[in-house]
Amino acid sequence: MTNRTRNTGALGALIGNNTSLNSDRKWALIASYACLIVFVIFFLCPPFYMLITSLKTNAEIADLSTNPWIIEQGLTIEHYISLLTETAFLTYFKNTVIVAFFVVLITMVISVLAAYALSRLGFWGSGVIATGVFLVYLVPDSLLFIPLFKIVGGLGLLNSYWVLVLVYPTLTVPFCTWIMIGYFASIPKELDEAALIDGANHMQMLLRVFIPVALPGLIAATIFAFTVSWASFLYPLAYIYSDNQMVLTVGTVTTLIKGDVFHWGGLMAGALLAAAPPVILYAFLMDYYIAGLTSGATKG
Amino acid sequence: MVDSSKTLGSSQPIRRGSLYIFLRQRSTIAFMMVLPLLLIIGCLVAYPFFYSIYLSTLNKAETAFVGISNFLFLFKRETFWMVVQQSVTFALIAVVFKALIGFIAAHAVNNIPSKGQRKWRGMMLVPWVIPPALSTLGWWWLFEPTYSSFNWILEALGLSAIPWLSDTFWARFSIILVNVWVGAPFFLIMYLAALKSIPEDLYEAASIDGASAWQKLIHVTIPMMRNIISITVLFSIIVTFANFDIVRVLTQGGPRNSTHLFASYSFRVGIESGDIPLGAAVSLFMFPVLAVLAFIILRNVRQRTVNI
Repeated sequence: MTNRTRNTGALGALIGNNTSLNSDRKWALIASYACLIVFVIFFLCPPFYMLITSLKTNAEIADLSTNPWIIEQGLTIEHYISLLTETAFLTYFKNTVIVAFFVVLITMVISVLAAYALSRLGFWGSGVIATGVFLVYLVPDSLLFIPLFKIVGGLGLLNSYWVLVLVYPTLTVPFCTWIMIGYFASIPKELDEAALIDGANHMQMLLRVFIPVALPGLIAATIFAFTVSWASFLYPLAYIYSDNQMVLTVGTVTTLIKGDVFHWGGLMAGALLAAAPPVILYAFLMDYYIAGLTSGATKG
Repeated sequence: MVDSSKTLGSSQPIRRGSLYIFLRQRSTIAFMMVLPLLLIIGCLVAYPFFYSIYLSTLNKAETAFVGISNFLFLFKRETFWMVVQQSVTFALIAVVFKALIGFIAAHAVNNIPSKGQRKWRGMMLVPWVIPPALSTLGWWWLFEPTYSSFNWILEALGLSAIPWLSDTFWARFSIILVNVWVGAPFFLIMYLAALKSIPEDLYEAASIDGASAWQKLIHVTIPMMRNIISITVLFSIIVTFANFDIVRVLTQGGPRNSTHLFASYSFRVGIESGDIPLGAAVSLFMFPVLAVLAFIILRNVRQRTVNI
């Protein structure tokens, strides 16, 4: 990064006397900022509007003569309070946290073990399995939700959030294994040779060498597993119908809408609170998040 | 593998037994480590897939084998052909716009001083982080017929209100708009990473040769990004084609089934109307498309690995 800026700096000094090039650069910069402003407005307008709505009084939301984009009649947190006290929102939240916790745990154990074996202990068929993992990652949830409905029904797990702990790993494990293979493969072989000479067994090598060295990859994979299990919508919508077993996405979309009058303020408050954990996580760990996103395709 | 163990064995005949055990141990350990992964893929991906094919050959009550008559039934339904057409056009149009917006935004971010890049990139990634089902709820409220704040803007500008979700054309438009909003940040991030990996000296060489900004884009940037562009586009076609959340929350397939995609239509048929075999048949129609795309992606990934 520093190298790069120094390069352009040197280049800038080299062409500094050329005024036409300089004004070209200025125009390119202005055009870039103009584009960015337009895109940011487009990308942030729905969340902004959700936030505005959630802070308005019901009277103002229903009043068609006011500007919907600003709060004119004072802000209120009544929607948030009634959401937390009068609805099952906190139950949904608790269920989602439990599901996400176990899915992340299961996913990381399975994919770290598999990625270690596939990247280091090359054995008969390991190449085929690695390719298969990548292919399974491309299978969308909407292809298999109907047979899985029958299968989990047969296991007696329908309408319990534990069914999600069972089926979400099919969405998370392949991708996490895939990016962990990439991270483990980039660890120099000398490192495990040194550990082997010191008499480490495979478990010690994995725990003391591979996991610490590949920690950024591990964090990226964890974030991915967490985000997927927090955001999934199809499986809980198809498999869970009782209030006390629902997770946030489905609970917010289905049960909060019930009734003759839409409580838009409460609905938007619910959607924002439900989306808050992944957004907050992202705000703090953006670089890991992006590393995970790009490594899926850039680490072949 | 066999060769190397043979040469090792012949040069060290005394240690052959222990070496053999070690090899066996190593592969046993490796197999044990991969076993949970294989169980998940086998029991919850491969088995359901074949089970889905079996289910699609049963009658509605799942009591009798009916062969391919579920598929033949679908072929005669006008709604099904509408779903096919809508899925294909939706996926193609949405991916083109996502790729275009991602490409322009990545260039814009890359152009500004690196100090501010993080901030802009961070703001533009927000749609990707919010669970789509929840952000679509916000879009639904923006499109709401009576209170639509988009229509409020249009009317303030002296234009007429748009029936966002009740008219077939505008409902399809809205679905694409929301999908582009959710998916464009993914392209932005991928393209930005690709842009950053292009060596600066290529641009310097092009400048010395007197290349214009446009020529640099055509002859340096796009060839260097070709691989990542094709993989991102193919990957996004799969995800978009199989999309469920947005249609389900925004229109539930309406008006008059005109916005159903394969996923939402099979949910309607299989889960809501209770005809599981027919629903399985609908979702299986996605498979050939997905398989072809997956094959092309795999070839691309392999080629690149060979190139490196």
